[in-house]
Amino acid sequence: MEDIIKEDILEEVESCEPNFWQRLFSNKMAVFGAIVILILFIIAIFAPLIAPYSFDAIDLPQMLKGPNTENILGTDEFGRDIFSRIVYGSRISLKVGFIAVGISLVIGTILGALAGYYGGITDYIISGITDIAYSFPVSLLAIAFVAALGRSLTNLIFAVALVSWSGYARLVRGQFISLRNREFIEATKILGMSDVRIIFKHMLPNSMAPIIVLTTLEIPKAIIVESSLSFLGLGVPPPAPSWGSIMSSGRAYIMEAPWIAIFPGLMMALAVLGFNLFGDALRDTLDPRLKD
Amino acid sequence: MLKYIIKKLLLMIPVLLGLTIIVFLILHLAPGDPVHKVVGPNATPEVYENVKRSMGLDRPLIIQYFDYLGNLLKGDLGSSILQHRPVADIVMERFPITIGLGVRALLLSFLIAVPVGIIAAVNRNKLLDYFAMTFALVGISMPTFWFGMLLLYFFAYKLRLFPISGYGTWKHLMLPVITMGLTDAAVIARMMRSSMLEVIGQDYIRTARAKGLKEKVVTNKHALKNALIPVITLLGMRMGWIVGGSVTLEIIFSIPGLGRTMVDSIFSRDYPVVQGSILILAASVMISNLIADILYAVVDPRIRY
Repeated sequence: MEDIIKEDILEEVESCEPNFWQRLFSNKMAVFGAIVILILFIIAIFAPLIAPYSFDAIDLPQMLKGPNTENILGTDEFGRDIFSRIVYGSRISLKVGFIAVGISLVIGTILGALAGYYGGITDYIISGITDIAYSFPVSLLAIAFVAALGRSLTNLIFAVALVSWSGYARLVRGQFISLRNREFIEATKILGMSDVRIIFKHMLPNSMAPIIVLTTLEIPKAIIVESSLSFLGLGVPPPAPSWGSIMSSGRAYIMEAPWIAIFPGLMMALAVLGFNLFGDALRDTLDPRLKD
Repeated sequence: MLKYIIKKLLLMIPVLLGLTIIVFLILHLAPGDPVHKVVGPNATPEVYENVKRSMGLDRPLIIQYFDYLGNLLKGDLGSSILQHRPVADIVMERFPITIGLGVRALLLSFLIAVPVGIIAAVNRNKLLDYFAMTFALVGISMPTFWFGMLLLYFFAYKLRLFPISGYGTWKHLMLPVITMGLTDAAVIARMMRSSMLEVIGQDYIRTARAKGLKEKVVTNKHALKNALIPVITLLGMRMGWIVGGSVTLEIIFSIPGLGRTMVDSIFSRDYPVVQGSILILAASVMISNLIADILYAVVDPRIRY
């Protein structure tokens, strides 16, 4: 009986592993999402090569020009090239998205792991703080943070991280609680492994699937929070271009020069869509139970 | 049940205290000296010290916090540096506007999302489902404020169906409510669809079908009621997004709500107003979450804590 189960499991593991990418990319949405993300990275990395102008090259005679052969997406109120600003803006969106989510991933995972692994009073305290942080309205907390500490790229990143770590803590805690009583974890304890080793070598790798999925879905959220803050004028100080801040300056000219606001928003919607599609597909492939 | 509700209510106390600490710290971490703002740059050191003492800023931070908390419990949110009137008055004036907008948007989004989610679930993997979910995905990927600007451009400026700015009539409210309602409907429709799909897979639905009930009765009576349960909790959670999102929308559509007041005050460094606005907006979101939690337990008898 046991042998049969073991074989079943082995078969399942074998049939899962080599086919992962194949299964993921058999989903057209995943392919589309991955391509969008890839293009976004290429744009951000090679921004100086792709952008025809500098992001802060003021050219007053050319101001508020609609899309034309010289400025394919038009110009803003200072005659700056919208296309070039959007290209450079992708750097800020990705930077904030990845660094902020990276920080919250590390903080949230460590806290969630401690709470889930040790339980008891540790869990009580950490879960209490996590629940409080989780119930804070996301954008208001970020606004409060930037309002208090002033606007800069660093503060923006921390503001975004501040609002997303609690999701990781809750997720990892839940994972660890369900793993804690599994046989293979008990075996590691009997073998006398240290807590650190059990957490990092055995429990964390077994919780990776939902963590990765959460990350692909947190990044677009972080990008949206960043652009909302920049739109409110609480993001990266000018003249650095963020999609949100370009849209913010476009708001004043929405009647006579709608392209200033339309194109960065379009770019952002596409980027967020890419991450969402890829994240959804990843979730379905890695762990169908997570499908909401 | 009662125990669960009491537990939830008690849990609100540390949450709200945490909120007051954060809000209190905003003023104290904020760049610039609040005393300086009141006395001006040419004040003598004596005047400066006097004002500092009269503002209570010479005492230890922890005492100041408890003072702040005590005032708060009396309904005193401090007074605006620029407008020279109580922050509580400003909040009372602006907050109903924000909530009115939010409630209307939430209502619209549920009216759209629930039927769309059901139709998508019932027609799973068919063209209708595919269409609905593509739209929903586009909806959740769009920044709300961008969508608002697009609507403003096309419907107010190009087609002249609605006023471009101003506030007061239903026509002014249409575009912001549609913007918020539609983008939010995208999120709720996805949730409704998956909730419905889960319920449809349950044994009691099979039993209902086996009894020979019409598909319509099964969907509308048996499945819908159960599928709505998780969506109800979303009601509270969406309120948080709506209040957050209303900050940008109030600016785009020039609505004199509390979100706009907050942002304006950040730029004019009127920190008591910033504190008061964030406190009330955040507290309202947390309380609506609490109500949703309690509602959830009331509607779903399986929840027993």
